[in-house]
Amino acid sequence: MSTAPAQPIPLPADWRDFLSLTKPRVMSLVIFTGLCGMLAAPVPVDPVIGFVAILCIAIGAGGSAALNQWWEADLDARMKRTAARPLPAGRMDRTSARDFGIALSVGSVLVMGLAVSPLAAAILAFSIFYYAVIYTIWLKPRTPQNIVIGGGAGAFPPMIGWIAATGQITLMPVLLFAIIFFWTPPHFWALALFVETDYAAAGIPMMPVVAGHQSTRRQILVYAVLMLPIAMAPFWLGVAGWLYGASALLLSAVFLLLALRVAVFRGTAGDMDMRPEKRLFAYSVLYLFILFAMLVADRFLVG
Amino acid sequence: MTNPHDLDPAEQRKRIIAGRNRALALVLFGLVVLFFAITIVKMK
Repeated sequence: MSTAPAQPIPLPADWRDFLSLTKPRVMSLVIFTGLCGMLAAPVPVDPVIGFVAILCIAIGAGGSAALNQWWEADLDARMKRTAARPLPAGRMDRTSARDFGIALSVGSVLVMGLAVSPLAAAILAFSIFYYAVIYTIWLKPRTPQNIVIGGGAGAFPPMIGWIAATGQITLMPVLLFAIIFFWTPPHFWALALFVETDYAAAGIPMMPVVAGHQSTRRQILVYAVLMLPIAMAPFWLGVAGWLYGASALLLSAVFLLLALRVAVFRGTAGDMDMRPEKRLFAYSVLYLFILFAMLVADRFLVG
Repeated sequence: MTNPHDLDPAEQRKRIIAGRNRALALVLFGLVVLFFAITIVKMK
């Protein structure tokens, strides 16, 4: 009787791999914008309840990120940028990632509902569904507009933060949602321009892969032009003060200038190290952090 | 200090599981403290 050699039992995933499933770097922006949405609200928040709300936003974001990685493990294996993640690298099985994502998502919504408010929990639940199902499963593999619509998922945190403080949806959280919604396409398309080969290898229909560089650069410019009035809207509509208004104007003008460089001065294959694209991408992260920080500063210093 | 790569798989497994158990214990303790704090606030 012959016996096949025993297969080595795979090692269990380390706790650090579970943590990396939650995409901690993305989570920091989510936490920050959620916190700013809460602090910009005109009502004080109990520190414990405020902390719980932000924690639930963070854990919900982590849960949806884990579900995203669970669904896209095969795609991630084909991209240099993501091949080292726990699932494509074989350090974790997909079932563990899926169950972890579901547990974080359900837990965050439950705690938000019990400790903060049902409305905040409902919006959080929808944002998780939006990212994990509408964006990841439905849109991303099908259309180059995936980022445009899917960007809504990242726009919910400041709205949830505001709702956690006030208990209701008013004009300001909608404007905050719109700011991030219109910021998302140029942010991700700038990235996609200089990691285009990665997305192409994975078969993801990102705009530069489908429509080409020229079209993508034009669209980045269009969104950068739209971002200026949208970022200024809270000031124009009287829900934010001059400090925010001046900051939004300056920050958005710089964004527009950098987008112009990407769109106009990169018309030919001259400077192939993609410096303008990388500069715009790096600035776009700074833009959002500073814009939301100024919103909070305006609330407390100007009133 | 022992090089982790010199550990046999059984020892590696034990260390990983121990690390996970510690992380889980920390999270559970944090949740207990959090729920206690939420209860206090909600009772006010």
